[in-house]
Amino acid sequence: MPVESIFPRLEALLPKVQKPIQYVGGELNSTVKDWDSADVRWALMYPDAYEVGLPNQGVAILYEILNELPGTLAERTYAVWPDLEALMRAEGVPQFTVDAHRPVRAFDVLGVSFSTELGYTNLLTALDLAGIPLSAADRGDDDPIVLAGGHAAFNPEPIADFLDAAVLGDGEQISIAISEVVREWKAEGRPGGRDELLMRLAESGGVYVPKFYDVDYHPDGRIKRVAPNRADVPWRVHKHTVMDLDEWPYPKKPLVPLAETVHERFSVEIFRGCTRGCRFCQAGMITRPVRERSITTVAAMVDNGIKQSGFNEVGLLSLSSADHSEIGDIAKGLADRYEGTNTSLSLPSTRVDAFNIDLANEFSRNGRRSGLTFAPEGGSERMRKVINKMVTEEDLIRTVTTAYSQGWRQVKLYFMCGLPTEQDEDVLGIADLAKKVIQAGREATGSRDIRCTVSIGGFVPKPHTPFQWAGQADHETVDRRLKALRDSVRGDKQYGRAIGFRYHDGKPSIVEGLLSRGDRRVGSVIRAVWEDGGRFDGWSEHFSYERWMAAAEKAGVDVDWYTTREREENEVLPWDHLDAGLDREWLWQDWQEAVSGAEVEDCRWTPCYDCGVCPTMGTEIQIGPTGRKLLPLTVV
Amino acid sequence: MQRLRVRYAKRGRLRFTSHRDISRAVERAVRRAGIPVAYSAGFSPHPKISYAGAAPTGVASEAEYLEIGVTTPCDPGQVRQGLDESLPPGLDVLDVVEAGPGGLADRLEVSDWEVRLPGADRELAEVAAEKFLATGTVEVERLTKKGPRRFDAREAVLGLTVSEGADRTAAQMAGEPCVILRMVVRHMTPAVRPDDVLTGLRLVADFAPPVPPEVTRLAQGPLDVSTGALADPLDLDRDTTRGGEAGPVGEHVAG
Repeated sequence: MPVESIFPRLEALLPKVQKPIQYVGGELNSTVKDWDSADVRWALMYPDAYEVGLPNQGVAILYEILNELPGTLAERTYAVWPDLEALMRAEGVPQFTVDAHRPVRAFDVLGVSFSTELGYTNLLTALDLAGIPLSAADRGDDDPIVLAGGHAAFNPEPIADFLDAAVLGDGEQISIAISEVVREWKAEGRPGGRDELLMRLAESGGVYVPKFYDVDYHPDGRIKRVAPNRADVPWRVHKHTVMDLDEWPYPKKPLVPLAETVHERFSVEIFRGCTRGCRFCQAGMITRPVRERSITTVAAMVDNGIKQSGFNEVGLLSLSSADHSEIGDIAKGLADRYEGTNTSLSLPSTRVDAFNIDLANEFSRNGRRSGLTFAPEGGSERMRKVINKMVTEEDLIRTVTTAYSQGWRQVKLYFMCGLPTEQDEDVLGIADLAKKVIQAGREATGSRDIRCTVSIGGFVPKPHTPFQWAGQADHETVDRRLKALRDSVRGDKQYGRAIGFRYHDGKPSIVEGLLSRGDRRVGSVIRAVWEDGGRFDGWSEHFSYERWMAAAEKAGVDVDWYTTREREENEVLPWDHLDAGLDREWLWQDWQEAVSGAEVEDCRWTPCYDCGVCPTMGTEIQIGPTGRKLLPLTVV
Repeated sequence: MQRLRVRYAKRGRLRFTSHRDISRAVERAVRRAGIPVAYSAGFSPHPKISYAGAAPTGVASEAEYLEIGVTTPCDPGQVRQGLDESLPPGLDVLDVVEAGPGGLADRLEVSDWEVRLPGADRELAEVAAEKFLATGTVEVERLTKKGPRRFDAREAVLGLTVSEGADRTAAQMAGEPCVILRMVVRHMTPAVRPDDVLTGLRLVADFAPPVPPEVTRLAQGPLDVSTGALADPLDLDRDTTRGGEAGPVGEHVAG
């Protein structure tokens, strides 16, 4: 039975809201399939505003793969802003997809991609607007399976009450497998209802269904154990890893929005995974091992993507793009191919070495040299050893000297505050570094027109990292250190004006910390915050620390216990039954080595140090070089 | 450098595009269509595409205009087809001509607007229009980016008629009769928009439509003083470059 478009009812509301174009769909390369042509239907949600969600690679890739799958359709839905939410409630318009404006509740699966925990309240808004019960336990056979993915899904426990299922890791293959399980179950006439479908998904070991696991607690609040409550449900659920990215060259049909979005470019993931071993970095830990796309596949994707989209910027993405084994040839080959076409290439450049500047020079060959970004992350040598960010002060000064002398005028430096074992002087070291950077630039160029911007983020300990046991710094400490740092920069007559300073206060990090390492008891806080009007927590103008603290207090949840408390080795962590492949003993050992300042090398170039991922997951490092070169395109 | 003048429509749900949205979409479509667009020189080169009198966000149009500078001469017919195929449905290219002498913006003197008012009362609308036209000046206030601004909405209005038709976009009223205002409005500074005229109708006769109006620009161009009708602003280019050869503008299906 066809499902009616809600667009006519929505259309009447659009003249009254900000940026109505974000709700109308119609993007180039978007797909609208006939409802009855598919027996498995996915609504894919990115739980933030359209302008943030549309460029998200994960959603875009799954959207394409699922729409290519016979008998399957996928549409997209995003968080609506409060102005439209209010009108939708008043007029009874449900949460809708932007493709065919179908009501989300009519789909079989609602897949939600969580890059950050701060999207949790937006999930609740979407469920409520869709008419889907917030609590998974209250859902019936007509409700979609609510399925979480993305990095935050590696600890979905705080939203376990609201989820039917979660998937860890790469989504390409598992989303197809899930589709087939749903298809079979529907074809058989939905035997056993919702419960059996979830059971079939759980049995495979590739889908986590929270309700099939019970959590017991010690009297002091720590978790005693997490165990399956049914036979045939595995004790641990494993992450998914796509091997051979050349076989999955998505996106092939990049979505080109009409509305302005945060990234206006065609992005190609040049490799997945990172083994640099930065201890704070959850992405680097949970996406192992490194799997490169070959130089020829990258080039073919760029060529196709530009033709399909008309974008004039190409981003070569990964967790540390300069580490691709053939990045030099990729950079030169692409710069040659697109010279004179007003197509710019960009690389999120974070590595601090001169090679990175060669790449940046290549990419800016026919464009401007405005700014370069480096991420030393820690302000002192000691701090950088603790977090395993192997950059010395000499490296940094040498690198920026090269950059400034080759025509770059602005350098941006990323740091974190609130890292484990951090002292006041580690943060004040950031000011010293920035001053030395300016001094080096002035000496290299003989000019005083040199800028350096220091950006500082608050550190949040994340699950499946060596810092998962660490006590998070309280926000008073973080704020005090940032203030001292700011005073030290601003008060400097010689350099102060050349240094820009960007930071946020420490309170949002505490809420992020609560949600990152929380367990199922945190769910009631999320719900209470949402009921109190909490929306768009990733946006400073919407975020309210006080609202979160008030809700936590009412729910009897001790925020400090979840955030600033250091855990002991044997404490059961809420995500221990979810397997990212990392050996728990190795993580603990790496945590101990962090505290003593011992560094770990990258396993791409040095022997394996047994983090556990490859043998557990049956995967291996896939890197070049392939030795292939890019030839000029015949017609540009 | 050859310059091409393009008439395009903004239809259906794409009426919610802003001017900035359209300019991004056009730049990308030009690249996809392989049109050899010229770029400005300098530190950050921009494609040479200029826009004349864009309709506001939320307002549909059958008569928007832009001009593209190209590095090698192009056949206007091919550009029309290539650009239309590369733009999303709802941004539809209607006409392309090679630019003759004289600026395009100068020719866009007047707009012809259609304002559909689902659920409004026809008699009240007629009374309001009569009163409005009989008034010398009607001061309205509009919130601009620089704050509230007061100006006369009456002088710019050359014609204002009321008729009736079927509503076509808001489905909950589909098929129901709908009051239609036609306004011929001279482009002035500050610009008088259809919603300013509606504000004027409310001020002079307390006329207020129950739901937001659906506004479409039907045409813009020079005013033919002898007939009082709007002329096609691209005719002058056709006369100078092609001896007046081009055919009429095709009617496209709304996207």
